[in-house]
Amino acid sequence: MIKHETIEKNIGLMILLIIIVISGGGLAEIVPLFFQSSTTKPIEGLRTYSALELEGRDIYIREGCHVCHTQMIRPFRAETERYGHYSTANEHVWEHPFLWGSKRTGPDLARVGGRYSDDWQKAHLYNPRDVVPESKMPAYPWLFENTLNGKDTAAKMETLRKLGVPYTDEQISTAREDVQGKTEIDALVAYLQSLGKTHSVYTNKR
Amino acid sequence: MSAFWSAWVTVITLAVILGCAWLLFATRKSEKFKETTEQTVGHVYDGIEEFDNPLPQWWFYMFVATVIFGLGYLMLYPGLGNFKGLLGWTSHNQWETEMQHAEEVYRPVFAKYAALSVEELQLPANEEGLKMGQRMFANNCSVCHGTAGTGAIGFPNLTDDDWLYGGDPATIKQTLINGRNGGMPAWADVLGEDGVRDVASYVMTLSGKEPVAGTDIANGEKQYQALCTACHGADAKGMHALGAPNLTDDIWLYGGSFKQIAHTIRAGRAGVMPAQKNLLSEDKIHLITAYVYSLSNSDK
Repeated sequence: MIKHETIEKNIGLMILLIIIVISGGGLAEIVPLFFQSSTTKPIEGLRTYSALELEGRDIYIREGCHVCHTQMIRPFRAETERYGHYSTANEHVWEHPFLWGSKRTGPDLARVGGRYSDDWQKAHLYNPRDVVPESKMPAYPWLFENTLNGKDTAAKMETLRKLGVPYTDEQISTAREDVQGKTEIDALVAYLQSLGKTHSVYTNKR
Repeated sequence: MSAFWSAWVTVITLAVILGCAWLLFATRKSEKFKETTEQTVGHVYDGIEEFDNPLPQWWFYMFVATVIFGLGYLMLYPGLGNFKGLLGWTSHNQWETEMQHAEEVYRPVFAKYAALSVEELQLPANEEGLKMGQRMFANNCSVCHGTAGTGAIGFPNLTDDDWLYGGDPATIKQTLINGRNGGMPAWADVLGEDGVRDVASYVMTLSGKEPVAGTDIANGEKQYQALCTACHGADAKGMHALGAPNLTDDIWLYGGSFKQIAHTIRAGRAGVMPAQKNLLSEDKIHLITAYVYSLSNSDK
């Protein structure tokens, strides 16, 4: 029989045993996912975000949209009726970092692209209560004033390419002029309109 | 999952569970389930000693229960690599069962109303169908058109019987299915700022408002006749085929003040009604059409 005295008095042994115990879950649940085609192979026809959409995505992260909005439709009828086909891992292989979120204060946005017009998205982001009186979403009026200079866009795309996102040389070379002078609201709305629209494998008809 | 990864997951998962069980039994005290022992761990601080007691009995059996639960769960549900579990459960199948059940329950209801025309759905006998349309409107349309369908600046009021593209059932349904793309061009380059103000002032007079001081109405009318009649018509009553609004009824999608009208002329407008054909089934669109139609025809 092992004595716990032995473990308590050998701190190195205790550390080793703790590591063994806590790594069990990660080794069984996380590590295999790095080697499964269902989680590493992009869904058929998946396209990359354009330079403007990519900048919009960074604004989405900066403003913390993912804190209140998920991008993860779960396989329940209540969700697929409202949002469209449930989310799958192969839709997200080029997301760095992924923006699944963990809490819904507002609705899921995984397939919000095309649901509302650009005008609506802009009016809503300028002041949500102008179009949805009962909304408690914050207003983002500064997005209409700030313009993008695009000086980091190409570098961001190159970094993503290193992580496996297949940006072409052409996309990277025109990245700066694609976003230069555009407002932040243009970028964010372009990103929102692309959500769920980067491939057309699933039908979202309900 | 390849055989290697399947084995990897299975071995680690079982090793962790069995390891926990082993640890539980290996550290069990020989003096079984006594509430206290005289044994202490041997150190004293300020007269305080630490007893070396066994786990209480209920606690010990709770641990045993979690081990049994874990093994039972892994027998029934997918967890051990490629082993599907004895129940054959998957989240996709659960979702499909849910969808099939809903299909069986709701299909006959939708089919019943799909067979009726939009006009028939206005009858009191079919009130339930209209209520379904109202609830789907609330879920899908109200964020732009408002919960009562009264719209907002840039988003048409659906209750006033003033239609951009036409208000008969077939046209409403077309608007829902394929969406609409408004196209009011920007005239700033053609008219210049003075021209924009003149035309705006003239347009205000079309619905009986006072023209704005310091503008040339005659020039506004001349420019209107030259540039605007193609879409809005010589009588300014608009044109449904193009979604060009009637300018004589004092109903304004983008506001009817001089400033707002001038801005519309200067910068143009491009309102978009998103197409619903890839989002909603025909039966649902049919009921929403009936509800939208009822908003301006409820007394007919």
